[in-house]
Amino acid sequence: MRPQELLGPTAAGLRCRPGDFYVDPVRPVERALITHAHSDHARPGHGTVLATQETLDMMRLRYGDNFAGRTQAIRYGETLQLDDVSVSFHPAGHVLGSAQVAMTCNGLRIVASGDYKDAADPTCTPFEVVSCDVFITEATFGLPVFRHPDAAREVWKLLESVRLFPERAHLVGAYSLGKAQRVIALLRAAGHDAPIYLHGAMEPITRYYESRGIALGDLRPVKDTKKAELTGTITLAPPSATSDLWARRFPDPVTAFASGWMRIRARARQRGVELPLVISDHADWDGLTATVKATGAGEIWVTHGEEEALVHWCKTQGLAARPLALVGYGEEDENASAAAEGAA
Amino acid sequence: MNRFAELLDRLSYEPGRNNKLRLITQYFREVPDPDRGYALAALTGALSFKHAKPGLIRELIAARVDPELFALSYDYVGDLSETVALMWPKTAPPSIKRPPTPDPSPPLRGGRGATGATPTSSPPSASVASGGEGSGVGGSSPHINAQAVAPPQSSCTATEGAAQGHNKPPPPTLTEVVTTLATLGKTELPAQLTRWLDELDETGRWALLKLVTGAMRIGVSARLAKTAAAALGDKDPHDVELIWPGLTPPYLDLFAWLEGRGDKPVNRDAAPFRPVMLAHAIETDDFAALDARDFIAEWKWDGIRVQAVSGRDDDGNLIARLYSRTGEDISKSFPDLLPSLHLAGAIDGELLVLREGRVQSFNVLQQRLNRKSVTPKLIKEFPIHLRAYDLLADNEIDLRLLPFVDRRARLEGFVANLDDPRIDLSPVVPFDDWAAITAARADPAAFGAGEDAEAVEGVMLKRRDAPYLPGRPKGQWWKWKRDPHIIDAVLMYAQRGHGKRSSYYSDYTFGVWTEGDDGDQLVPVGKAYFGFTDEELLEIDRFVRRNTTEKFGPVRHVVHEPDQGLVLEVAFEGLQRSTRHKSGIAMRFPRISRLRWDKPPREADRLETLERMLKTDVGVSPH
Repeated sequence: MRPQELLGPTAAGLRCRPGDFYVDPVRPVERALITHAHSDHARPGHGTVLATQETLDMMRLRYGDNFAGRTQAIRYGETLQLDDVSVSFHPAGHVLGSAQVAMTCNGLRIVASGDYKDAADPTCTPFEVVSCDVFITEATFGLPVFRHPDAAREVWKLLESVRLFPERAHLVGAYSLGKAQRVIALLRAAGHDAPIYLHGAMEPITRYYESRGIALGDLRPVKDTKKAELTGTITLAPPSATSDLWARRFPDPVTAFASGWMRIRARARQRGVELPLVISDHADWDGLTATVKATGAGEIWVTHGEEEALVHWCKTQGLAARPLALVGYGEEDENASAAAEGAA
Repeated sequence: MNRFAELLDRLSYEPGRNNKLRLITQYFREVPDPDRGYALAALTGALSFKHAKPGLIRELIAARVDPELFALSYDYVGDLSETVALMWPKTAPPSIKRPPTPDPSPPLRGGRGATGATPTSSPPSASVASGGEGSGVGGSSPHINAQAVAPPQSSCTATEGAAQGHNKPPPPTLTEVVTTLATLGKTELPAQLTRWLDELDETGRWALLKLVTGAMRIGVSARLAKTAAAALGDKDPHDVELIWPGLTPPYLDLFAWLEGRGDKPVNRDAAPFRPVMLAHAIETDDFAALDARDFIAEWKWDGIRVQAVSGRDDDGNLIARLYSRTGEDISKSFPDLLPSLHLAGAIDGELLVLREGRVQSFNVLQQRLNRKSVTPKLIKEFPIHLRAYDLLADNEIDLRLLPFVDRRARLEGFVANLDDPRIDLSPVVPFDDWAAITAARADPAAFGAGEDAEAVEGVMLKRRDAPYLPGRPKGQWWKWKRDPHIIDAVLMYAQRGHGKRSSYYSDYTFGVWTEGDDGDQLVPVGKAYFGFTDEELLEIDRFVRRNTTEKFGPVRHVVHEPDQGLVLEVAFEGLQRSTRHKSGIAMRFPRISRLRWDKPPREADRLETLERMLKTDVGVSPH
């Protein structure tokens, strides 16, 4: 079987014809396998959704009980037979519940990794390399300028800033699913025991993380807190909120943003970020290239991000590689910025 | 070097002056000599070594990485130093690789704590993801046990250690970099830079490249850096300024004094700067409490405030220097004035351009400022002149504690002795009561300024008994500026401000009407970000949010139609031709003086009005 017969791009997303399903479809389909709960990968309105329990739970939290016709949970390492294709989910290390999908048919195995990272993250199961013939990799940070520093060091930078500016509030922009909880866990691991404040949009997912046994310490809604009480504190908010009307409730806030994009100075400046924290839930260049090699795959398909550089690199390594022209994937929460405008 | 890099990194993102000060002072407090001294030198531009060219940086990176990956990366990042700093590979290419180490490197980066990196390992925290018992994974991670007080080891270092062996040299200190660069031959530079780039982390490489290419550009002035140093010892920044010309990097004596471990360094400079005295703006209400007989009045010249100092060094040679009001040595820009300072002393005065005895406008003077090279042609076309209004030292004698009226008498004698056509006295404006000086201010030409009236921007009122005090002492000197020019303009674009205003739309671009291809259209003529009250800021901010027509990155287009939009009354000090602005003009010191909610945009001013003002304002065109 040729790889293209097992899996291929369509307008609705990656389609597995012999298994009669899609992976992370961007349009409503009959049968969907969802890698993780970020809104650009997990959309509502599918007939049947197969995903990890955490992904299903968080989709329900975001979209309501009727987000899909039927749901089925699958554990990491468990194998299911879908028509002619055997399917298994493996940890992707991206956010809680995130998975790579391995599809095997007639001895050919393709792994769609979704979004992944190989760096340590105390809030989710670590990434696992799955041997395969074709590896589908993301390329969000697919340029050699993206080499994420140790996240613990970035969090230390944040705490140093809090120490230096005790009369100011620190407002940390972070995606509300995954990044926020990881930053909180890192702060706790660094010995920061003080209450951490949350934007309202952060709360449901964060409470869910806690319900899954991830201890995040004393968390409080910022909504009912007086301005004066916020001096010297850390608040987490969706990135779009940090530069908006909402930010006015804070005393002379230091605007931070936890994202891999913060590696590029111009990116931070354009957003008015004063304290860029390079903390990413995506693999950096070294992570992408090391993972590609470790899978042993002879053919690499590259999706969303800087495909060109990664495809070029694969070819210099003697690997067959091509970009997969898939649309609709990017940073979650980016789209939400307009909606949050004016909602103080 | 890494700590200095961290400082530069943080400063480059920090918009607020006070916060910049805090960051720099904190650095001086934490970092020992001599590193902090060289940092102060770097921030004040006091380091002198041959800068590296961008071409050299390109050659270094070309030897290390795939050219296509570099091209794609440079295209994405848009800044050479930053691209190189970020993508500099952690290991040298095979040709210059160090001997292999016995330590076998794992296929994935072990230093990142990526457990489960092999297909066989089981997910170690699966119980957490599916269970609920236990204390959570956060505390159990072996990787993240950093203390708040010390920076955790960078993973890069760990990775590099694994890849290159454990005898990797430590990153260079700032002192090593600065002292090495000062003595390094040109041919040795590439190899040395390569070694340092190998040893430093990303931020360190970025800072190194900024340092060696001489392009710091992090929004910190020399004055700010000195102020931060002064804050280390709770000293007056003026005191640091005062002794600065006698100091050299790494400023061990300065830091010893600031930390109370040593005496105040003595400025042995033959021609030192003395901190300047500044005036308060006078308000109408102030006059009631003041007696006209206590004051001497002078014209306020629209030039550049300078201090011209001459003195004899140990060998008896006369040293002459020209300082800006902040103490920056600007002698190099005005070599034509220096020979005129042939008597030892310190004059406080205004730098002006005079043509045939007539003072030219500020716009003409501006042609001589910020020039890289001062050509004979420039000197001839823009003859520089010093108009003196105070004398701080006569020969070796410090006059600053004398009353102004006595200093003025000494100044008159001093200028007479100089007897130089390039230096003259700023005349006293005689007046008996406030009514008389009000009339003089309204019409300087008729009250003695004559043909120079155009270069008068108001009057100065100085107490006869005022000593010369640094800073802006209350009630001693007053400035009473001419009324500004006023136009009505239409708000066109808005951007968010910085610091405390960071979430408010407080930077406004405004325009006036002009004839376009499709009838009247607005053309931007300036940008203002102050002049309004806090309440007005809230009102404009609300207007901007509700009337945005388009967004381009951080810039909001605000509705500006003949019958829809906000008219701003803009006050400004003068106009000047500009090729950088579409309208062809630029405003000096524009600020919002009033919000004209009552006025429809179509009634705002026209570009022609500004052009007429320009004609009368600029006078002789320098081109």
